[in-house]
Amino acid sequence: MEKTDIVRSRTVVMPGTDIDTDQIVPARFLTTTTRKGLGKALFADWRYDKDGKPRPDFILNTPAAAGCQVLVAGNNFGCGSSREHAPWALIDFGIQAVISTGIADIFRSNSLKNGLVPVIVDQATHGWLLTNPGVEVTIDVASCELRLPDGRSVNFPLDGFSKYCLLNGVDQLGYLLHQSDAITRFESERAWKP
Amino acid sequence: MSARSLFQKVWDDHVVVPESADAPAVLYIDLHLTHEVTTPEAFNVLRSRGLSIRRPDLTVATLDHSTPTVPITTLKDLDVVSEPAAAAQIRTMIENCEKNGIRMYGYGSDSRGIVHVIGPELGATQPGKTIVCGDSHTSTHGAFGALGFGIGTTEVGHVLATQCLLQRRPKTLAINVEGQLPRGVTAKDVILAIIGKIGVGGGTGSVIEYRGSTIRGLDMEQRMTICNMSIEAGARAGMIAPDDTTIQYLNGRPLAPRGAAWDAAVARWRGLPSDADARFDREVSIDISQLVPMVTFGTNPGMVVPVTDAVPVSDDASFRKALAYMKVEAGKPMLGMPVDVVFVGSCTNSRMSDLYAAASILRGRKVAKSVRMLVVPGSVQVQRQAEAEGLDKLFREAGAEWREAGCSMCLGMNGDIALPGQLCVSTSNRNFEGRQGIGARSVLASPLTAAASAVAGVIADPRPLLPN
Ligand code: SF4
Repeated sequence: MEKTDIVRSRTVVMPGTDIDTDQIVPARFLTTTTRKGLGKALFADWRYDKDGKPRPDFILNTPAAAGCQVLVAGNNFGCGSSREHAPWALIDFGIQAVISTGIADIFRSNSLKNGLVPVIVDQATHGWLLTNPGVEVTIDVASCELRLPDGRSVNFPLDGFSKYCLLNGVDQLGYLLHQSDAITRFESERAWKP
Repeated sequence: MSARSLFQKVWDDHVVVPESADAPAVLYIDLHLTHEVTTPEAFNVLRSRGLSIRRPDLTVATLDHSTPTVPITTLKDLDVVSEPAAAAQIRTMIENCEKNGIRMYGYGSDSRGIVHVIGPELGATQPGKTIVCGDSHTSTHGAFGALGFGIGTTEVGHVLATQCLLQRRPKTLAINVEGQLPRGVTAKDVILAIIGKIGVGGGTGSVIEYRGSTIRGLDMEQRMTICNMSIEAGARAGMIAPDDTTIQYLNGRPLAPRGAAWDAAVARWRGLPSDADARFDREVSIDISQLVPMVTFGTNPGMVVPVTDAVPVSDDASFRKALAYMKVEAGKPMLGMPVDVVFVGSCTNSRMSDLYAAASILRGRKVAKSVRMLVVPGSVQVQRQAEAEGLDKLFREAGAEWREAGCSMCLGMNGDIALPGQLCVSTSNRNFEGRQGIGARSVLASPLTAAASAVAGVIADPRPLLPN
């Protein structure tokens, strides 16, 4: 996993609520056996028409969206299936952080394991971001701060462990492998065996 | 020790390293279920790091998601009926399991099926276990008083390599369900009503415990239907305390303990229900004694109404977008909407009791000419039993297609799809845009409502069609 400390970018805004992982990556793209190249499947059913041509009115196809690394989305973003293909596709497309008032649990967990920063903000900040698409924001992982162009800064929740992993590009498997003695002890000492 | 909830007891029993301010808990996993879609990349990562599988004996594999629902006897058949990518994915899964000594219930096994149907059926799903799968509907297993939750592919790798996961303790939400189920109203209607009440994000960050007289009265298959859709309320997991019903269901199953081990397990399971004064972070109550069969009208499972109601009215932009996608009009009744496809299947409703329910409506009746109806059993076991009882014949004679076991049109990965614009009344769990095929419009309902709608050719109330 790459290190992520600062994400500085204009925002692209998708105000819809409850955007589910079937929209982020439709199931027919899940027959892949690798995480690579999923960016082209991102929001495929919203992004392309039935002949596979980009729909000019879909936000990610507009010139304003080019190069944006921060997605501002409606509440409960990433609900639905556990497919990690969803953050893989967003990252492959170039998104590095998602801002919303609510992000679904499994999507959030998957995002953190891939260096995609989930940023939960209050209603007022969210409302402001929704009505001001394309503003340049800074997401500072170390201080858990989202800085807005008018100088305001709001904190977002991020537990110490996730922060450490993001900042150092540490993947959690290494940490777990280090617990091997404790795991062996647990296996031999537990009262019943599965 | 202070009073503990069912969840807390299962959690405490699996903590390898306790949670701290700096680090999540290391939680031991007793059963890891796997399927072809969310595992290949996990095996790739392990391979590239030279890691082996810590406990292949605690992992079980099957083929369900991209698998065809037409008969397959050899792997060669796959190439004829499947897309090359789907066939390659299935082959990769079989290979990964063979190389790593993982038990695979694949083609030719009479235990193959949807991962959340076969776990309980085999008796692998047991009270007090931690159960994970790279699949959000792992919540289904909570019906047994297990802690079952969905994980991503990276975490699948963690479990394969260490049999553990890093987890923060979730919050607890008690949902008390009281009242006697009215005739023609099922567990599916109850869970749809619950999601309608608390919303699709209402359970985020929480493990739900379903409690109350209604829940106690449900059989295991109905309890699975309830827990299955916990994720549709955003919850991490859904649990139901084990009781006589649970124990009776498990007794004698192939992977359930036997002899003295069975007695010891039962004694342990008896101690799992929440203590009388256990506290929950939140409690919600729902009275279902007046409940009516429920159907969804929008593009998430929280957009749900009694089948006798009209499509609600709202000015919210996402709500209007959902109605536009569904081609339904606010204020118009749900009853009478033309139906193109009916799907009975998925890990929510593909077990024997679901097939009996659909059959009770179809017996002596025909599927409307304008409707394509698919009945897809959840497992080979269910399929065999249904065929032995002549249900396949009943469905076929009524004009429905009877298929091999798998996920099928629940997510349309295997070629079983509804076409653009078609309205599909489905017993599955997700009515997201395009879930059942590009442009397909899904209406979630119980097997009774689905079958009644198949007969009527329009969305219909099953209650007038119930046998005496
Ligand atoms: S039946 Fe549907 S929801 Fe269940 S595991 Fe299969 S695809 Fe997922």
